[in-house]
Amino acid sequence: MKVSAVITLKKDVLDPQGKVIHETLDGMGFNSVNEVRQGKYFEIDVKENDPKKAKELVEDMCQKLLANLVIENYKIIETQ
Amino acid sequence: MKSSVITFPGSNCDRDMDVALTKFGFKNKMVWHNDQELPKSDLIVLPGGFSYGDYLRCGSMASKSKIMLSVINFAKSGGLVMGICNGFQILVEAGLVPGVLLRNKYLQFICKNVHVKVDNKENSFFKNLDKKVLEFHIAHNEGNYFCTKDQLKEIEDNNQIAIYYCDQNGNTNDQINPNGSIKNIAGIFNKEKNVLGMMPHPERMIDESLSGEDGSIFFKNLLNNIK
Repeated sequence: MKVSAVITLKKDVLDPQGKVIHETLDGMGFNSVNEVRQGKYFEIDVKENDPKKAKELVEDMCQKLLANLVIENYKIIETQ
Repeated sequence: MKSSVITFPGSNCDRDMDVALTKFGFKNKMVWHNDQELPKSDLIVLPGGFSYGDYLRCGSMASKSKIMLSVINFAKSGGLVMGICNGFQILVEAGLVPGVLLRNKYLQFICKNVHVKVDNKENSFFKNLDKKVLEFHIAHNEGNYFCTKDQLKEIEDNNQIAIYYCDQNGNTNDQINPNGSIKNIAGIFNKEKNVLGMMPHPERMIDESLSGEDGSIFFKNLLNNIK
């Protein structure tokens, strides 16, 4: 079963890459952007067919390795 | 005095650290990340470099390697552990010192000499140090120290800030901050002050003709403190 997780920076953490992307978008003429925050996306294929268990497993991975909870939040967005 | 330097895949300052420790009288051993047991040591050093190619987050993979369980136990039992640069990043990812190291504020890899101010000398690393300002070298892309407001309060209340980026006279301000670190923090202790993580490399300042001698001062003093 595939589980997708998204890791995003917490609100008060500086994201210089997101800022540069925002400025570049501005320079390209995309003037309607308020803010850009860059994150990470993971697609994890686990040996587990129960969606609840698969989700719990990836959640555990997020807490222990994939995200650093001092600066990042994680969200399981999809299981299929 | 015995020391051990851990080599992770992608470490590249491990041999420099070995040279520095040996030069000042430590009997040093190199330890592979996949080993489980540490040799008997008075000091463990996590060296600089790019462990696991800085994948995911700098230091995150290395912090889960087999040897780190022993390093964590060693630290928890009061043993001296020092992480330099990538070693500092590994320490924060392992939870041995608080906070995290973000990408440098201006997105540039910084490679230059900096001055750091030593404020807290009530610990084995800086006790009896004659100088207040040291010149070290930094070379990093993710050295921007960050922690939450609550963590910062706790760090300050417990005097856990080890060194600050400063000018040659010891003044700390935004202009002299190379990477955007909160409060110009360049190095930090755990609560008990037996674990030190810092971005600057003292091992690159141990030869008068090549660099400077402030690293020599640091290592000589460190050896005397733990003798």
